[in-house]
Amino acid sequence: MKKALPLIVAGLLAILPLLGLSSYWMHILILVIMWSVIGMAWNLLGGYCGQVSFGHAAFFGVGAYTAGILYNKLGISGWWGLPISIFVVTIFALVIGYICLRLKGPFFALGTLAMGVILRVMAENLTTITEGDLGIMIRERTWIEKTWYFYVILVIALLSFFLVKKVIESKLGYYFVAIREDQDAAESLGINTTLYKTIALSLSAVITGLAGAFYTNYMGYIDPKIVFALHDISIVTIMVVMVGGVATYWGPFVGAIIMVFLAEIIRTIPKLGAAHHTFFGILLIVIIIFLPNGVVGDWPKLKRFLRIGRAG
Amino acid sequence: MTSAGLEVLLQTLISGLLLGGLYALIGIGMTLIMGVMKIINLAHGELMMVGMYIAYVLFSSFHIDPYLSILIAAPVLFFLGIFIQKYLINPVLKVEAIIPENQVILTVGIGMVLANIATIIFSSDYKTTPVEYATKAWYLSDIWKTSPIELSLSMAWSVSFCVALLITACLWFFLAKTDMGKSIRATAQDKEAAQLMGVNVERMRVFTFGLGSALVGSAGCLFIPIYYLYPDLGGQFTLIAFVITILGGLGSTVGAIVGGLILGVFESLTSTYVGMGWAPVGRFVIFVAALIFVPGGIMSLFKKKRLGK
Repeated sequence: MKKALPLIVAGLLAILPLLGLSSYWMHILILVIMWSVIGMAWNLLGGYCGQVSFGHAAFFGVGAYTAGILYNKLGISGWWGLPISIFVVTIFALVIGYICLRLKGPFFALGTLAMGVILRVMAENLTTITEGDLGIMIRERTWIEKTWYFYVILVIALLSFFLVKKVIESKLGYYFVAIREDQDAAESLGINTTLYKTIALSLSAVITGLAGAFYTNYMGYIDPKIVFALHDISIVTIMVVMVGGVATYWGPFVGAIIMVFLAEIIRTIPKLGAAHHTFFGILLIVIIIFLPNGVVGDWPKLKRFLRIGRAG
Repeated sequence: MTSAGLEVLLQTLISGLLLGGLYALIGIGMTLIMGVMKIINLAHGELMMVGMYIAYVLFSSFHIDPYLSILIAAPVLFFLGIFIQKYLINPVLKVEAIIPENQVILTVGIGMVLANIATIIFSSDYKTTPVEYATKAWYLSDIWKTSPIELSLSMAWSVSFCVALLITACLWFFLAKTDMGKSIRATAQDKEAAQLMGVNVERMRVFTFGLGSALVGSAGCLFIPIYYLYPDLGGQFTLIAFVITILGGLGSTVGAIVGGLILGVFESLTSTYVGMGWAPVGRFVIFVAALIFVPGGIMSLFKKKRLGK
């Protein structure tokens, strides 16, 4: 049962479009799955390998721009961005890893944050390649209906899920956890920490880049402020995982559901729309203080709390 | 080099130094918090933004000069910092979690809330305090009549720089000469040993966070006559503070000053010779270069030399 759970969930999700959901709900579903993919990617690096990245927007943006530039400059379909972004993002990940992975703990976090900002500024200024602040527009949409976009991102999510699961359950996963728990001890046991951290970073970056390339094709418009956004991409990525559950398979999915719905609910309340960062921030503070391992990770705690609430 | 070229270069270098002095003040606040508490405060720039808004409100409603508003903004920020440390950061330090960086993420959350509240109250419009000296400048030829080259410096920048120097000097006196300052430095060097010597470490931590916030808040007041103000400006100053601390060496106050000056000059050079939009990239080129070539910060170079002797 437990082994089949991902397939069952994926199956249920795959049936959803057949129910004739409105375009709005399809959009929400697509966002939830896209954020789960990014969350899973971050979780691999941050949750399992312990390297907290504040700059996943860098990889998301590079993926998105790969698709956008292929379409804009070479005139081929933006969908080529999906396979090609794998190579491009890997190169970026190796460079960023070379610079940032020599930093430990919070300094790594800030290093990656800086990398995200560097790439944003570069995308804004290298106007000959990226069109700068004008952004890139995909003028011909592949599909009018959202159903096919949904299936594309669902397949990406499923592949990412199994990739992450496979990696974590292999020897590699144990190396990652060892590095997270105590990097010096891992090093002294003969684990090449730099190598494995680079692997974790690259895998995580590639998955995030795929989500970015998908985003370009799905939304049809990108600009540096959207895809390299610090708060709306990098921090939300962390929140998806923190809220859902760090170092759990299902955490990113649960977190994505909560975050996307929360954002939508706040948006629908008039006058509160501008305040969504306040709510996100407060949620983040509350989660870190009371449920440091997220909804999935602290589920027993949460259940106990709810039961006590009911009894009282 | 032609004399016009030389003039531009000198002008760039001097405005860079003036900017660097203000950056140093921001960096010192961050490095103090980092040194004593071993945590990174990613809400640092947002605290500065709060300081700037206090100065802005005082100016627009009571016509209080931004430089005088330091006397109000600094204490307010001090207590805000104490509140954040006591009721938000301390509880998290005690919680067991998989990711040790929880407190860093927490400060991000605090920063988000601060920036967003500012957006709600003041809207995201750009604001300025139109003080009359903001557009004034003084010229080198005013002082030195026969000067071969001509330099012009903004009045507001020069005053801000001098006030920043004054605050830094006061801080140095506080850290070097007073009991409280010595306790803070002791806590930064070795928490356990300081505790054994009778230093109330817990109190020092709370106090340092307040002090760091007050410093960055006063930096905000110094920035406001020369800079425009909007709620999201915090993020870039957090990064600047971080780049300075990396450049100068973690937890080193002198390093923060040197780092701030270097960063200011370099940024000024990039915006003159490469283009305005590239100044932030220049900032990060310095950052990456510092990480690769002097991972211990500028101050570590001097230390090594001393050990070598």
